[in-house]
Amino acid sequence: MDFLNAIVLFCNFVLVPATTYGAQLALGALGITVIYRILRFANFAHSELMSWGAMLTLFMTWYLQSVGIHAGPLPTALLALPVGILGAIAMALTTERTVYRFYRKQRASSITFAIVSVGVMFVMAGLTRFMIGPGEQVMADGQRFLIKAVEFKRMTGLDEGLAIKTTQVITIAAAIAMAGFLFWFLYRTRSGKAMRAFSDNEDLALLSGINPDRIVAIAWILAAILATLSGTLYGLDKSYKPFVFMQLLLPIFASAIVGGIGQPVGAILGGFVIAYSEVLLTYAYRKFVTYLAPGDWKPEGLLQLLSTDYKFAISFIILVIVLLIRPTGIIRGKLL
Amino acid sequence: MMKKFICSVVGIVLSSGFAMADDVKIGILMGFTGPIESLAPDIAAGGELAISEVSDSGMLLGGHSVVAVRGDSTCVDAAAATAAAERLVTSDGVAAINGANCSGVTTAVLNNVVLPNGIVMISPSATTPALSTAEDNGLFFRTAPSDARQGQVMANILGSRGITSVAVTYTNNDYGKGLADSFQSAYSGAGGEITTSVSHEDGKADYSAEVATLASAGGEVLVVIGYLDQGGKGVIQASLDNGAFEAFMLPDGMVGESLTDAFGTDINGSFGTRPGTDSPGATMLSDLAGSSFKASGPYAGESYDASALILLAMQSAGSTNSADFKSHVEKVANAPGEKIYPGELAKALKILADGGEIDYVGASAVELIGPGESSGSYFEVEVKKGTFEKVANH
Repeated sequence: MDFLNAIVLFCNFVLVPATTYGAQLALGALGITVIYRILRFANFAHSELMSWGAMLTLFMTWYLQSVGIHAGPLPTALLALPVGILGAIAMALTTERTVYRFYRKQRASSITFAIVSVGVMFVMAGLTRFMIGPGEQVMADGQRFLIKAVEFKRMTGLDEGLAIKTTQVITIAAAIAMAGFLFWFLYRTRSGKAMRAFSDNEDLALLSGINPDRIVAIAWILAAILATLSGTLYGLDKSYKPFVFMQLLLPIFASAIVGGIGQPVGAILGGFVIAYSEVLLTYAYRKFVTYLAPGDWKPEGLLQLLSTDYKFAISFIILVIVLLIRPTGIIRGKLL
Repeated sequence: MMKKFICSVVGIVLSSGFAMADDVKIGILMGFTGPIESLAPDIAAGGELAISEVSDSGMLLGGHSVVAVRGDSTCVDAAAATAAAERLVTSDGVAAINGANCSGVTTAVLNNVVLPNGIVMISPSATTPALSTAEDNGLFFRTAPSDARQGQVMANILGSRGITSVAVTYTNNDYGKGLADSFQSAYSGAGGEITTSVSHEDGKADYSAEVATLASAGGEVLVVIGYLDQGGKGVIQASLDNGAFEAFMLPDGMVGESLTDAFGTDINGSFGTRPGTDSPGATMLSDLAGSSFKASGPYAGESYDASALILLAMQSAGSTNSADFKSHVEKVANAPGEKIYPGELAKALKILADGGEIDYVGASAVELIGPGESSGSYFEVEVKKGTFEKVANH
């Protein structure tokens, strides 16, 4: 019984939240990786594109709720997603047209692009806060829990509860579906193959008649879809607050680089490595060990490796270690 | 035209200088600029209302009039606050100071101006527990309660509910840390067990890691010292989501409608503290102030009380000299005696002049304890059917 309690405790506080968080990071990192692969720069504005897409989805959600359309047990935001995605695509293509294209024609260096994207990030962040305000908004509706902690306790008779939120399941399912779609698109479709060719050797691709503007546009569309999806899922799982997306930027970048930037598989892998490290290293194992230890023995301290205040520092440390030891990331990607 | 101008200039000079040779001056040292500049005007107006009330009565020490002199304590700049206080004392010659506003500058003014000059100062709004133990030669008082008091009240409430083990999380700033520290010492002193104390940063979207730590440490209730629209709410959300805690203790920063709007009946049985009193003084001050200022604003009532206590102590001692009347502040503030509410200062002055005793209640139900600070009145509130309800007074 104690063994089961320990497992349930671990699932409730480590496994389920870390897996959800990993899926959210993986979706974000995929967006960074797609842009990096085609345009060869670190797109700092990606997190604000997530915020933008999620905001539009939220507006649409409010509209749907006001006319009485609901998605039953699922959050209404899922129905509103297409609108958010279209808005994010429009935003991404507008910045590409008005800002990035200018530097692309000049063949600016990737560091110039990165700095330009920081500027775009601030403009987008300001626009978002201007439109929806800096406050916190609740996105989720419908049935909040798949299993409630209290119900789980009653069902199993265990001392520990396990809570699984609807949004957590949706997040993981959406991440798997989106990753699958991206692989199918890149490796099976004509456009995807053209994109890969363009990223491997730009000059050769141009010679064989690939239209660079089209490739770039497709890359932005993919990034916008990924951004809106990850932004909305993050907002559903936690809550929508414009300021938190800036904080997400670091772990997302860490995920993309740790996994190997430019590699879609690497982005997913990196997302889970970062998420599990953050959660596993800051979890206090006292209760877990108490259940497993024989008799009534109880550890004195909390058995916590790092205080939760250092959560973000963990992404930094992993990032530094990876850049020092294996700069290409786990799956050999490009060098930043 | 010129004649009128000269007349008015002479008039102003006369009225501000010579004519008031035996006027009593009270310094109003508030944070007119800086982080609380939106609150300071109401706080100052509260203090000045009591002064004009006493002045108009013409009964202070046989008919002295009283004038308020403003100074800017800035709330954050200790050097500027000290300079302003110095000016009030040496150049304006105030008999006592109503101020200052924030804990840090109040401490600086206490050390650099109040002690060397031997002037009485009563702060309406400095709440840091550190001021309770500061050296003050009996010159410093406050009509605001120390956060140590709230920590004590929280410990008492837990004790009366028979809760012996709690986990604590606090927002990572001076308020959170100060209150968490005072609560910890009060609760541990009463034999309660604090399983862990974890800080949280405001403005994050996700507090599940903090809650996981708190859950692992355990405890019957989670004490959330934070802000109800910020991290405090996030911590409660995460705790409810993964079933870590079902009941919470909520101090003043967490008690408000937006919390019950967000969680409703999910936090039934949670309880907390809210500063306040059933005393009719607060509404009486509001009626008295009318539309001239917002008397229900934070610390406006405390400021009225600070000025009133200074002047009543002078009357009681029969002197405007701080060394003489400093020992009378607590005497007029506490029982025994006739209870005095806002608007009744003339009556109080008369009682004191006739040799009687008063128990000043004022707008904030003043009761000075220990090192000359307000005992602080708190409501114990509990969430019942998704709304906060008063259950007791402390």
